[in-house]
Amino acid sequence: MSGAAALARRAAVVLALPLALFAAWWLSSAGSQSFYFPPLRTILQTFVRLWLSPDAMANVVPSLVRFAIGYLASALLGIACGIPIGASRNLRMTLEPVLEFLRAIPPPVLVPVLILFVGIGDEMKTLVIIFGCIWPVLLNTVAGVRALDEVLAETVRSYRIGKSARLWHFVLPGASPQIFAGLRQSLSIGIILMVVSEMFAASNGIGFSLVQYQRTFAIPEMWSGIILLGLIGIALSFIFRVIESWLLGWYHGLRRTQRAA
Amino acid sequence: MNRASTPMLEVKGLRKVYEGASRTVEAIRDVSFSVAQGELVCIVGPSGAGKTTLLKCIAGLLAPTAGSVVLEGHAVTGPPPAMAVVFQEYGRSLFPWMTVHDNVTLPLKRKKMSAERREELVRDALAAVDLRNVESAYPWQLSGGMQQRVAIARAVAYEPHVLLMDEPFAAVDAQTRADLEDLIRVLWRKLGVTVLFVTHDIDESVYLGQRVLIMSHAPTVIMEDVTIDLPGERTQLETRSLPRFGELRKHIYSQIQIAKQGRKPAGT
Repeated sequence: MSGAAALARRAAVVLALPLALFAAWWLSSAGSQSFYFPPLRTILQTFVRLWLSPDAMANVVPSLVRFAIGYLASALLGIACGIPIGASRNLRMTLEPVLEFLRAIPPPVLVPVLILFVGIGDEMKTLVIIFGCIWPVLLNTVAGVRALDEVLAETVRSYRIGKSARLWHFVLPGASPQIFAGLRQSLSIGIILMVVSEMFAASNGIGFSLVQYQRTFAIPEMWSGIILLGLIGIALSFIFRVIESWLLGWYHGLRRTQRAA
Repeated sequence: MNRASTPMLEVKGLRKVYEGASRTVEAIRDVSFSVAQGELVCIVGPSGAGKTTLLKCIAGLLAPTAGSVVLEGHAVTGPPPAMAVVFQEYGRSLFPWMTVHDNVTLPLKRKKMSAERREELVRDALAAVDLRNVESAYPWQLSGGMQQRVAIARAVAYEPHVLLMDEPFAAVDAQTRADLEDLIRVLWRKLGVTVLFVTHDIDESVYLGQRVLIMSHAPTVIMEDVTIDLPGERTQLETRSLPRFGELRKHIYSQIQIAKQGRKPAGT
């Protein structure tokens, strides 16, 4: 009973501000005659018509597929490259200036460049997402591997634990809290680049649709697309948190006991 | 050669110098000793005596600058399969992402044995250290003393011929420490394993050991090899109140005081 009450109270705290903002937007825009700021009611009606129909999938699905491929590829590449770089001082010293330079390039500027080489297709958009998302994963993996506990490393050595067991049972889980920190940063970068890459040259996608609506002064449609992106962001970060709490349960438990001590 | 004449572990003229960019540090000058099969030998020395360096050289984790470590007739060049190490920092030597069961099991995976045999070893080892019903717990959910028991169980399940312990009880409270000391005596007698136990605690070394090697301040040499002629059956209360215990303790204490002043035995 008290558990349910506590849950209800928590839900109320979490939802209070979003609901208040929603209500404020709804009320303040209710009688709006402004062309650029239509009533929220109109925007939501457009949202339902536009994005909750089977037709909408023609624009939503390609965006999400590009995002998924780009994000997962950058995660795999970032971790796979980060482990040897983190483990080797020489490799780090050799690569660091180059990595710093590449990381400093804002990924959207690659869009025109990549259009030249790979065209305006899905490859270009996926590559832009990979190029933007890989750095947080790579650099955090390097940091995580560098910070692996020395006593644990000696334990692994003294028990003659083999190479692949070392990777799967020591290096990856040991660096995983940092790797996930990188993956979390990459998640929002990936969503941004998904939209941006579609704004330049595309024939479908959410970013493409937004630009189309803006150019044709379909203002409620444009606003509804922005709401859709916000909701996609929330859904992705929710999925991310579920996976993270499953894989890093041990880490959060460890941190709690360390704080309590 | 028969067994009695071949020591289980032999350290010969061991020297370790750390070569830094700007300076070199001589940690161990010259250490030689041997341990017979089934012996329990304690190494005691003041802090900064290079105890951990010595232990790492013996464990094959660190290459000595000169001299050699010979285990069962074979020179140690890397961590040998017949050796297990229990580190002081139990909190950092157990894998926090693995359950107690998996922590004990992991080192056995590379050994060729059936899954049933492996499970049996893990179960027996956990029972031997009086840990039951915590197999599925994570190490950080346990107390310090219990975590060190898990580390000891992992070493026991590995079936080593030599068990190296690097100040394993330095970080637990006094009562737990006494329990763990008795546990080591029990395991040692039951398993017939050779134990080399490093500590800075003089009482602990006298209570546990058959022999105590007293180390000097770095650069380290062995000050004295003391035979602990206390009865084999030891209990915390009775053994520690024996007059002989007091004498040995006093003797080692005075040697450590000399070691702290940086004096070394003649001829080194």
